[in-house]
Amino acid sequence: MSKAGIIRAVAFFGILGLLPLGVKPQWVINLLIFTLMYATLASSWNLIGGYAGYPSLGHAAFFGFGAYFIGIIFENNVGNGYNPFLILPLVGLCAGLISIPIGYIAMKTRKDVFAIVTITLLFMVQTLAYNLRAVTGGAQGKGVAVPPFAPATFGRPFYYVMLILLLTAMGISFYFRRSKIGLSLAAVRADEDKAHGVGIQVTAVKIIAFAISVGIAAMVGGVWGYYEGFIYPQFAVDPLITIGMVLMTFLGGRATLWGPVLGAFILVPAQQYFSYEFGATQFYLLAYAAIFLIIMLVLPRGILPTLTDRIRLKAKIAAEAAK
Amino acid sequence: MHLVIQALILGSLTGGVYALMASGQTLIFGIMKVINLAQGAFVIVASYFTFSLFQMTGLDPFLLIVITTPIMFILGAATQWFLLRPLRPDDAAELSLLVTFAVALGLEGALSIVYKTTLRSIMPGYENHSWTIWGYQVNEVRFYAFLLSIAMLVILYVLLQKTKFGRSVRATVQNPMAAQLLGVNSKAVSAFGFGLGVSTTAAAGAVFGLITPFNPGSHYDLISRLLTIVVLGGMGAIGGSVIAALMMGVGAALVSALASPIWADFTFFIVLLLVLLLRPRGLFGAKVRGAL
Amino acid sequence: MSALLEVNGLTKRFGGITAVNNCSFEVQEGSITALIGPNGSGKTTAFNIITGYLKADSGSITFQGKQIAEPNPATLYRSGLSRTFQQARIFPEISVLENLIVASGYSWKGLFGARTTKADRVRAGEMLEEFKLSALADFYASELSYGQRKLLEFASVLMSSPKLVLLDEPTAGVNPVMIETMERHIRARHAAGVTFLIVEHDMQLVMRLCDPVIVLDHGAMIAKGTPSEVQSNSQVLDAYLGS
Repeated sequence: MSKAGIIRAVAFFGILGLLPLGVKPQWVINLLIFTLMYATLASSWNLIGGYAGYPSLGHAAFFGFGAYFIGIIFENNVGNGYNPFLILPLVGLCAGLISIPIGYIAMKTRKDVFAIVTITLLFMVQTLAYNLRAVTGGAQGKGVAVPPFAPATFGRPFYYVMLILLLTAMGISFYFRRSKIGLSLAAVRADEDKAHGVGIQVTAVKIIAFAISVGIAAMVGGVWGYYEGFIYPQFAVDPLITIGMVLMTFLGGRATLWGPVLGAFILVPAQQYFSYEFGATQFYLLAYAAIFLIIMLVLPRGILPTLTDRIRLKAKIAAEAAK
Repeated sequence: MHLVIQALILGSLTGGVYALMASGQTLIFGIMKVINLAQGAFVIVASYFTFSLFQMTGLDPFLLIVITTPIMFILGAATQWFLLRPLRPDDAAELSLLVTFAVALGLEGALSIVYKTTLRSIMPGYENHSWTIWGYQVNEVRFYAFLLSIAMLVILYVLLQKTKFGRSVRATVQNPMAAQLLGVNSKAVSAFGFGLGVSTTAAAGAVFGLITPFNPGSHYDLISRLLTIVVLGGMGAIGGSVIAALMMGVGAALVSALASPIWADFTFFIVLLLVLLLRPRGLFGAKVRGAL
Repeated sequence: MSALLEVNGLTKRFGGITAVNNCSFEVQEGSITALIGPNGSGKTTAFNIITGYLKADSGSITFQGKQIAEPNPATLYRSGLSRTFQQARIFPEISVLENLIVASGYSWKGLFGARTTKADRVRAGEMLEEFKLSALADFYASELSYGQRKLLEFASVLMSSPKLVLLDEPTAGVNPVMIETMERHIRARHAAGVTFLIVEHDMQLVMRLCDPVIVLDHGAMIAKGTPSEVQSNSQVLDAYLGS
């Protein structure tokens, strides 16, 4: 890790770690929790959608899976309030294991087939969430026990768990970049056939990326369900969550370490602001779609890659001039 | 047994409607290799258009298709021209998926603003009429819808096989580069093709609005079914997708009748996975490809 | 000398067209064998089948005395059979050095290890040295010229220390100097014990470099021999002149 990289990471997590101690208003903490949540989701989506180039549209299904997992286990009692957090690794593991056969089949042929399978998975899980009333409570939703946290600092534990999840997601993202997994994924993204031809463990690296990616999404979903206290199928398995993480990754820059985080830190506050200003959720569906389309058309590569390219180009021109 | 045959009847009739929606989707994929995730949303848009026009004019919903078809065509062609055409070619395939997904959500949002999210139905008065034949119920609307789907598919077939436009389209499907060299304006073909694919949703939307209550979120139910059908049919082969639609219609009706409607969606997904596992090219991919 | 690669009765049809028709030939260990023939004679299809990119309708392939039941590109590569592509397929978004490392056939343990280890850099560095690409090591592969890409692809498939390398038109579309460079590298590697099977349209190069020469037409072998034998074979002339 370069020196600048270490400083950046320490500063980022240091500030975020200290923030709740100084900031008191509940709404700010709430906003920060959602920002961290989306930053984590986007970073996890980036593992498969960015590094591997396989655009998953089904992450919200795993997010919902995590939420219901926690909701079902902790329906009545959360003890001292920290037990659900301790279960999170199990949630991630289960989601990861479930994703292996799905990923194996969906990634066998082509990227668009993968997108089809994942989006179908999303809607199937949504239907199940509505209809398996005995387990999910159906449209009436499922309540989670309320933790005995002090009201003044109620959000704090959730905040820190989200922060740890973000650190995990970014840590894995960083590890991918620095290991042969990331190198292999870059090859797979560029030319999968050729990657086969030079002996890369193509299937394995894709499945690893997908399983870890959805595992993190499920853990985030677990924290979300617990924080919300009530899980409704339309919010737990919501295409908007999928599109949110994709959008943020694209805005910040696919296949970069900081891009998804940057995207989340721009869009989540903006989204909250818009919903505060305009109220109706319908508008924000439309606004979301509009922002997405604009990014795709104007800045398809995202902020960070566009910037680094500029810098690289400038350096090149300067080098040419120096000769 | 009675139950099974009744389900077979219902399933084939429903399958005919899916065939219409899926044939448009397949056409779009065939021409541009774009998976249009907004096809379901376009169907719902058409349902609302039909709903509003029916309320305003009182004309028969089946008649209104004449008006809604050109509107849907323009909507589709505009989507291609303004949102898909400008994408950079090197990642167009991936981005177009996301763009059409965003279009779907945008349409859903727009419809929610205009029509709110309450469930609507198109009710011309005969929507619940049924004939009873040998003790089996045949719903009139579904039957007409089935006939309409067949008629539209025949029109589509004739358009693709017998007209100059159709030849350009088929040439582009088979070899875009060569088609371009032979003077086919591939940009125009793409926009027209997309428009044509979306225009099939006009009839499909009218029918959908007649047989099911709908709201702006209904496209979610449609899209996974449509995509399953497209994959099952061999991605790009219209003939294959029609057969696949009928099979899925019947299959879902059987599962609904024998188990529960909840599992019908689940069936779609499991079938999708099994097909991809055992026959990654779809059930009819190899045979029907190129037949179009 | 023994046969390193044996192809027996290979057949592949696409719809009504038979691209490879009951084709049999062998590549002797230590040879530079050429596979030539007019356009559409099935050379690339044969390559794709041998390297596991296409499934043959019938026929068998034996590599190093072992019949390969289900050819798979990754497994074959790891067992010492490399290939290059006509269009010089490299990975544009990673560096030149990494293009070599990613092709070095690392183990499962290596997969979880560092992106570039010191040992990787040394090995890849030597290869770059050999191919005179060292100055470009840290450039993105996308910044290379077409000829340099061809060299890079060739160098990268050597990273697995292959026994047999299949080159698909190694000099197509590159300038005369690069053709010479490519020839030099093939000779150097051949001297070091690598066997080659080359599809090539540049007949002068084939005549200089290869022995034996196998001629395909309509998916079947019609001649095999030294360059001069093949040159004087009337059947070969007919095939090329299209009578």
